[in-house]
Amino acid sequence: MSVMTSSQDVEHWLYLYEQMYRIRCFEEVSDNLYTRGLIPGITHLYIGEEAVAVGVCSVLRDDDWITSTHRGHGHCLAKGADVGRMFAELMGRATGYCGGKGGSMHIADQDTGNLGANGIVGGSTAIVAGAGLSAKLRGTDEVAVAFFGDGALGQGQLYESMNMAALWKLPVLYVCENNHYGEYTPNDQTIAGEILDRARAFGIPSREVDGQDIREVSRVAGEAVAAARRGDGPSFLQCTTYRYRGHHVGDVDRPYRTQAEEEEWQATRDPLRNLAAWLETEFDVGSEVVEQLEAEVRTAVDDSAAKALEEPIPEASEVTTHVYA
Amino acid sequence: MSTPNGTVREITYGEAVREAIVEEMRRDPTVFMIGEDIGAAGNVFKILTGLQAEFGADRVIDSPISESGIAGIGVGAAMTGMRPIVEIMFGDFTTFVMDQMTNQAAKTHYMSGGKLRVPMVLRTTMGAGRASAAQHSQSLHAWLSHVPGMKVALPATPRDAKGLLKSAIRDDNPVAIFEDKMMYSVTGPVEEEEFLIPLGQAEIKRPGRDITIVATSSMVQETLTAAERLAGIGLEAEVVDPRTMVPLDTDTLVESAKRTSRAMVVDEGCERYGVTGELASVIADGAFYYLDAPVRRLGAMNVPVPFAPSLEEQTIPNADGIFETARALCSAA
Repeated sequence: MSVMTSSQDVEHWLYLYEQMYRIRCFEEVSDNLYTRGLIPGITHLYIGEEAVAVGVCSVLRDDDWITSTHRGHGHCLAKGADVGRMFAELMGRATGYCGGKGGSMHIADQDTGNLGANGIVGGSTAIVAGAGLSAKLRGTDEVAVAFFGDGALGQGQLYESMNMAALWKLPVLYVCENNHYGEYTPNDQTIAGEILDRARAFGIPSREVDGQDIREVSRVAGEAVAAARRGDGPSFLQCTTYRYRGHHVGDVDRPYRTQAEEEEWQATRDPLRNLAAWLETEFDVGSEVVEQLEAEVRTAVDDSAAKALEEPIPEASEVTTHVYA
Repeated sequence: MSTPNGTVREITYGEAVREAIVEEMRRDPTVFMIGEDIGAAGNVFKILTGLQAEFGADRVIDSPISESGIAGIGVGAAMTGMRPIVEIMFGDFTTFVMDQMTNQAAKTHYMSGGKLRVPMVLRTTMGAGRASAAQHSQSLHAWLSHVPGMKVALPATPRDAKGLLKSAIRDDNPVAIFEDKMMYSVTGPVEEEEFLIPLGQAEIKRPGRDITIVATSSMVQETLTAAERLAGIGLEAEVVDPRTMVPLDTDTLVESAKRTSRAMVVDEGCERYGVTGELASVIADGAFYYLDAPVRRLGAMNVPVPFAPSLEEQTIPNADGIFETARALCSAA
């Protein structure tokens, strides 16, 4: 969702705080609904990583494109998706973004430039180059952004995509959300060498960013998007972040990491808490302001979920529609 | 076989493919091509010579050897307003694009509840016969025909190559076109005037009353050759070319089999789990009470394609085998 406010203003940062908090609420409510059996299938929660999606999308225009991942709710919401239609999709309802045919891993919304979450790890890393090529061929200054996890670094297609994006100076931003775990495996067991070196090998400007600091994410992403927009080609960001929850909602015991590690990230590097602390120091925003904002967002998200539960399931005949356009 | 209307020329299958691309690129600025060696080289079979010179390197894009990547680029470009033609040099390399075609291109429209469209064409080759051994000779069209959301065309003549490709480029779905590489230099009549051949319309290439032989791609010509010999022994074969595996014109296949009471299917893909199974099943289901004998099928042998020409020629159906199978089928009670 394009943000019209200036980064000099407190309203700008309060708005981004609100967006991050909306994602967190959405995920917490989703977790609860899943646990109660009201959301079928599986769902991958974005809690902890909110600053990456919101920070990057805050520097995009409505006509810019994103591709997302199986952990995609945050990206969809940050690009402008409606909470109610998102819930409806997760619940498999007719009024969901995909009419109940996509579910959590496939929410797409062309109207907000969202080319879709993707159930294939790395599956959208070449699609984003296609969107970038298309932007260029159509003579626009649109930019295409791929969100992908550190798990996608193991997929060869990413490197084919980066090679071509660099060769042809495509307006693409590769945003690697390094949450340290590819599904259930710590990524020091799966990634050789330095992550940034992989993009640098193609001559792509590459930066490591504190993915828990939305101010840094939006500043660096803003520079990269501006470069892409003026024809300077792709950039690569490694946003260091942390997945507070498991790989998916059912991954609750998490034997592959320690509770102490989880607690430390949440206590010291929470993107919401850190932005709130900065807002207080910089703009004298008191906790009552933040609490009020949070209460409003939570009520709205709860209401949207309750309404979505009342939405109809798809007509049986929908099973055969949209196979072909 | 349907007669072209208007001014007819004899052109090659390769020229027909090129004409289709040129006409559509001139007509629609959103159409572009991406593939390996399609620029100055004019593609590995030399059928796209001069294309880049006319349309420029932006619209005729010479890619790295990255089949998976260019298929993904096609998907992304198609989702955002373009009509890409992605060329995969050999059908054997479609193995690299299976994720993009099956998990992305074919499913995007459905998964998005009809929001996103992927109007892309995947052009590739099929067919043995060039002593190119097991990794440059396969006919893998059954794989993509199995995936809901994909359309699959197998043009058998220069006219079909042009008309089907033009329709595929204008279609709002992902369409895979398998061109038999042995046919690029084959000539046939094609009208000067613009024409389209709709996807999903079979063509009776030769009418006949005694047996229906459904054949695809280069097997159509083998079957027509066999049909001439069958005529010599008093058997009139009806040769039906479905032209597209998906959508499949089941009516034309079934109605033909009902008329002739005997049917066989010929295709160059491996027989086991190949498209001959589907086509034979469609005929058996639709024409069961009209058939005088079980539907027979002839596919390629279930072996990797061998290099030595003496071995290779054994593996794919030919006019001799089609003739013998048809004759035996017609002698069956």
